[in-house]
Amino acid sequence: MEIKVLYFGRPSESLKISRELVALPEGLKTLADLLAWLKLRGEIWQQELADQKIRCAINQEFCKLNSPIKDGDEVAIFSPISGG
Amino acid sequence: MMSVSIQEKDFDLNAELVALRGNTAQVGALVSFTGLVRDFSDGENIENIYLEHYPGMTEKALDKIITEANTRWNLLGVRVIHRVGQLAPGEQIVLVATAALHRAEAFAACEFIIDYLKTAAPFWKREQTNKGAHWLETRESDEQRTARWEDKPA
Repeated sequence: MEIKVLYFGRPSESLKISRELVALPEGLKTLADLLAWLKLRGEIWQQELADQKIRCAINQEFCKLNSPIKDGDEVAIFSPISGG
Repeated sequence: MMSVSIQEKDFDLNAELVALRGNTAQVGALVSFTGLVRDFSDGENIENIYLEHYPGMTEKALDKIITEANTRWNLLGVRVIHRVGQLAPGEQIVLVATAALHRAEAFAACEFIIDYLKTAAPFWKREQTNKGAHWLETRESDEQRTARWEDKPA
């Protein structure tokens, strides 16, 4: 399963990444699974992607962490929004 | 006219209002909100702010908010401009302007749109102050303002 992942706000700056294409291993089904998999990259990822610090969108709609993901989805990971 | 712009460049408030009024004398009420960069926040001097957004999702989110405003009130026009990039204290950040037959609808819709923009449109603000830089997060007071509209019919 291939997922396009975009980063905005604080996690984008801290992790020094704005976008990437990831090929997920078999068996990952939800956004929470994707986040857990990204956290395997190290301590900074664990800190920055902690549940209470981030919000997410799938295909440009805000969503909950237990939302399902599928091949080709665009997932965005960001700090709570602060426009206006 | 319902129109949204996400842009780096500044906007001319008066020119936007004149355009929103249009050439007819149909509009009886024109209301606008302009958000500005302050120079002081939580005891720190702000040097500048940096605004980023999620291209594609931002436009969709704003269209959805404006569509909802149109179902609640009879509007003749809506103009939203949100700037991105680096902004200095005193600069304009955001414009929400509404045109209607009467003021009640124009006032309510303008407030509704800016309240939802703050809690449902994907923008992020990074404040550079004399004590360092940090990303701002959604304020609870903004979430409460948005929540007020949820069970309030037009």
